[in-house]
Amino acid sequence: MDKKSLIEQQKEKWENTTLKKVLQKFPEQKESFSTSSWLPVERLYLPRQMSEEEYLERIGFPGEYPFTRGVQPTMYRGRFWTMRQYAGFGTAEESNQRYKYLLSQGQTGLSVAFDLPTQIGYDSDDPRSVGEVGKVGVAIDSLEDMEILFRGIPLDKVSTSMTINAPAAVLLAFYIAVAQKQGVAKEQLRGTIQNDILKEYIARGTYIFPPKPSLRLITNIFEYCSKEVPKWNTISISGYHIREAGSTAAQEVAFTLADGIEYVKAAIKVGLDVDQFAGRLSFFFNAHNDLFEEIAKFRAARRIWAKIMKEKFQAKKEKSMMLRFHTQTGGSTLTAQQPDNNIVRVTIQTLAAVLGGTQSLHTNSRDEALGLPTEDSVRIALRTQQIVAYESGVTNTVDPLAGSYFIENLTDKIEEEVLKYLNKIETMGGMVQAIENGYVQKEIQDAAYKYQQEIEKGDRVVVGVNKFTVEQEKPKEILRVNPLLRKVQSEKLMKLRKNRNNQEVDKALQALREGARDESVNLMPLILDAAKAYATLGEICNVLRDEFGEYRESIVL
Amino acid sequence: MSRKIRILISKPGLDGHDRGAKYIARALKDAGYEVIYMGIRQSPEAIVKTAIQEDVDFVGLSLLSGAHNELFPEVVRLLREQGANDVIVFGGGVIPQEDISYLKEQGIEAVFTPGTPIQKVIEFIETNKERVLH
Repeated sequence: MDKKSLIEQQKEKWENTTLKKVLQKFPEQKESFSTSSWLPVERLYLPRQMSEEEYLERIGFPGEYPFTRGVQPTMYRGRFWTMRQYAGFGTAEESNQRYKYLLSQGQTGLSVAFDLPTQIGYDSDDPRSVGEVGKVGVAIDSLEDMEILFRGIPLDKVSTSMTINAPAAVLLAFYIAVAQKQGVAKEQLRGTIQNDILKEYIARGTYIFPPKPSLRLITNIFEYCSKEVPKWNTISISGYHIREAGSTAAQEVAFTLADGIEYVKAAIKVGLDVDQFAGRLSFFFNAHNDLFEEIAKFRAARRIWAKIMKEKFQAKKEKSMMLRFHTQTGGSTLTAQQPDNNIVRVTIQTLAAVLGGTQSLHTNSRDEALGLPTEDSVRIALRTQQIVAYESGVTNTVDPLAGSYFIENLTDKIEEEVLKYLNKIETMGGMVQAIENGYVQKEIQDAAYKYQQEIEKGDRVVVGVNKFTVEQEKPKEILRVNPLLRKVQSEKLMKLRKNRNNQEVDKALQALREGARDESVNLMPLILDAAKAYATLGEICNVLRDEFGEYRESIVL
Repeated sequence: MSRKIRILISKPGLDGHDRGAKYIARALKDAGYEVIYMGIRQSPEAIVKTAIQEDVDFVGLSLLSGAHNELFPEVVRLLREQGANDVIVFGGGVIPQEDISYLKEQGIEAVFTPGTPIQKVIEFIETNKERVLH
């Protein structure tokens, strides 16, 4: 009569007969098994009794609360995820060429990588920019560079994601200004700015200002865009870098959602209605090698966020409860040894993202542990997505792994772990406090240390690194950035500063300075004015540095 | 009993990828060395100032952005300029093979690329420590 107990009985019988016989002759490879992030994994998962009510409440239907099965009712049957390769290097001219190449190869959205001086709000001719200009992305010093970057790319046709955080408002202003010059209205623009400062303090490191003024800039953007650029994703709350820094899968979700909670709180605190901005929040996660753990992670993240938005923040619109996310495959899982093996890793990670219901995806290139990817490597990475989309068949049904005893169990486990962290952070007074007292960084570092120690001891196998190694590796072709780039950019800047209307620049910067002093002012229109007057990124950020001060890392080891 | 070896670990340049640097710092500490970790976004000048103030024997530099050819040699140059002639500098990060010989010419005595076991770094320190323990 009781289905579960019958299965249980049979299980016991199986353990004592079939299983026992085999184990006596062939013991398992390890005493215990776990996911990559140390969640225990049992030998066998069995059906768990779940009432229909419980199914509807916790799993439900795609496109409906709590979105465990996905944010759209048809998922990839309607349209594939956006294939979006993060790219940019050297000058705006070179990056513009790479974008046109990627679009010609079937990429469906742009993703701009900026160099580090741009990300930290320094002009290329700043002494702190030495060695870094154009290295990890494109160097953008002013609107002039941005005009070149998007030359010949119609901004009403593409959606553009920009990995920019501390100076996100400035780069968004450059983008809006370029669009206007192309005759494209703000209202038509589609894209995303990362704009997630909290994870910069935790993991990524391109912060400028302290938390308080940084949160103000973020809420200024939320407010401005909700009125002026309504299709723009105003933030991409990112777990990617947290995971790259060595966190577990559950920590990745926990700390990302904790950051998200902080942004929602900040926006509500300045008087925004939750449904006015929450629909434009987007997320960004990592995809590592442990296929099932990753899939469960994405599903758990959607369910938890939906519940937080509905219950904690009383969102009314379904859109406000949807966790839409971009995924990038895991850079830290790639090896410098036998780099072609990375193509296989990226394929597994692509499957994880797709089976987890991602909205867009960047696949890493095989040679990223060696340097900047070559055009060949980038093409293979994009083809990997296309093969999964067009050939593997995994896109034909929605959330295909739902109902797997293991996947549902793991989804619950991750949810449990995440909720523990969220409660702990709440009792600490929120995420800003948890970051300032180093708690979050310490948790990540401990996980990273443990992980690396397992590799050192050989307990964790990394193919080609601590097992199946080869002696001599043949050198790989890598992409080089022109070392004289800083000089090229500096000369451009000199010319710009000579030719622009400097009176207008000074006026715009002075207005920005005054605005910065008055917390009730939205800085976005003032930054846009300065951008249009060809004030440089460094000049704009320096005004804000003067007024807001700079953040200093709290070192935890 | 000889004194403990003192090692400064720092990240010059602007990149925030500190997972490797923090791992090395902690693993060397666990191996019994005295480690000073400076954190990210340090200028060569600040690194050299700390190295001299803290009287370290080794300076380990980590960089993943590609700025190593400019910034690693600058640290060596400033150290020597300020008379810290026997401080041994080593580096790590995403560094193409073909840059390693250039960096060695510039006085960076070892470069550890991704996937290097910590034991290799410890061996390097042990082999060279006699030169700094007067």
